Amino acid sequence: MYTDIWLVADKDLRIEWRSRVALSQILPFALTVLVLFGFALNANREVLTAATSGLFWLTVLFVAVVAVQRSTAIETADGARRALLLAGIEPSSVFVGKALAIAVQVLGVEILMVGGVLVFYGATVESFPLLLATCVVATLAIAASGTLLGALVAGVRARETVLPILLLPLLAPVLIAASRAFDDALGVLAVDGWAWLGLLAGFGVVNALLGTLAYGPLLEET
Amino acid sequence: MSADAVNTGSRTTRLLGSAVLVGVLALILLGFFGAPEDDEQADAVRMIFVHVPSAFLTYAALATTALGSVMWLWKRSRWWDVVAHSSAEIGVIFCGLTLFTGSVWGRPTWNTYWDWGDVRLVTTLILFLMLVGYLALRSAGGDENAVATRAAVVGLLAAANVPIINRSVEWWANRTLHQKSSLTDGNLEDLTLFTLVVGIVVWALFFVWAMIHRFRIGWLEHQLQAVDLETALAQRRAEATAESTGEANQ
Repeated sequence: MYTDIWLVADKDLRIEWRSRVALSQILPFALTVLVLFGFALNANREVLTAATSGLFWLTVLFVAVVAVQRSTAIETADGARRALLLAGIEPSSVFVGKALAIAVQVLGVEILMVGGVLVFYGATVESFPLLLATCVVATLAIAASGTLLGALVAGVRARETVLPILLLPLLAPVLIAASRAFDDALGVLAVDGWAWLGLLAGFGVVNALLGTLAYGPLLEET
Repeated sequence: MSADAVNTGSRTTRLLGSAVLVGVLALILLGFFGAPEDDEQADAVRMIFVHVPSAFLTYAALATTALGSVMWLWKRSRWWDVVAHSSAEIGVIFCGLTLFTGSVWGRPTWNTYWDWGDVRLVTTLILFLMLVGYLALRSAGGDENAVATRAAVVGLLAAANVPIINRSVEWWANRTLHQKSSLTDGNLEDLTLFTLVVGIVVWALFFVWAMIHRFRIGWLEHQLQAVDLETALAQRRAEATAESTGEANQ
């Protein structure tokens, strides 16, 4: 099972690495959104510092939508989904593998985005372990629900527009919890960031479980 | 096709519909003239008779959709798939009504149309957006079975995430403007409580009435697709027979 997961994740990451889409399109997109927030809030340092966590995670959600769309497009083109089914790999392994590939890409973008908010918004980090843990847990949660919904809309004609309206409301708890945990890590608000991390983990586990169960029927029937 | 075949009404629905009309009339009379005004909220409290039943039925509709989704995934029963779809459509109307009445009620009591500190209203708003997404996915079309499976997964996702959303909003808001559950806090006057129960019963009857009609429409749509497929198959067969006869004659 672990070999299969690794095979699928490695395949997706290799495709991404060779096409350089994450590097040449998703990363510039994330930085553009961060800069545009600066313009929208009139470059007010105080407001930007206070809103850093929310703006950061909102940008991550946009990045996640793009990354999931990209991951889905890989399988829809040239009937690759059929090939994946015929490969005899457990659908749950495909699910976990694809989710891991998305998580790795989004995490990579997040690391550079942290640099972005430190420079542009004047944020300061007070707790690195909490910052890192939030990024990892929230990204895994986002990747799990994103991969599931990505497979779900794969056969839909208007999938580019259907995916955001399904994924973004579902990720509302992630936006709330990850932003508050970040508030603690950046020292913006006196909240218990680790408790928020627990909620993020709960969200991740529930959606990863649903994804593991539902991915098979979705892959085979839709 | 005769006119009877496309009619979604029946004796039961007509009886139910009449009961709903009488119930709404009773609710208006009780709500405006029977129930006393509140010491703090004055006449604004009468919004409870629409707001609480709508919220109640929103979650009942979501539960029905979740049940229909499970049954589709488990038994592949078209009947349950149509139930899930119908319930979601009616649920989104109740959900919109809950948000609208909650907002209108908020203005005189909290002096604002929307307060982010209200856990239940914010949770319901996110649920509303998810239900809209569910219906958008349904309307995007495609193979009937594929649509049913996709929708069933989204229906289950929405239902499973409601408690998490509620918890996250609760922690985030850290306080809530929303009064405690009106039914359980024991502060309601007898006639107010009675009117509220009448409201819930009337809304529940309306839900059943609307469900039957919407279900029958969904079922007719399903049958129409099957008929279309059969007609297309029959035409292709006729063409093939004509061609082979033509070839034999040459």
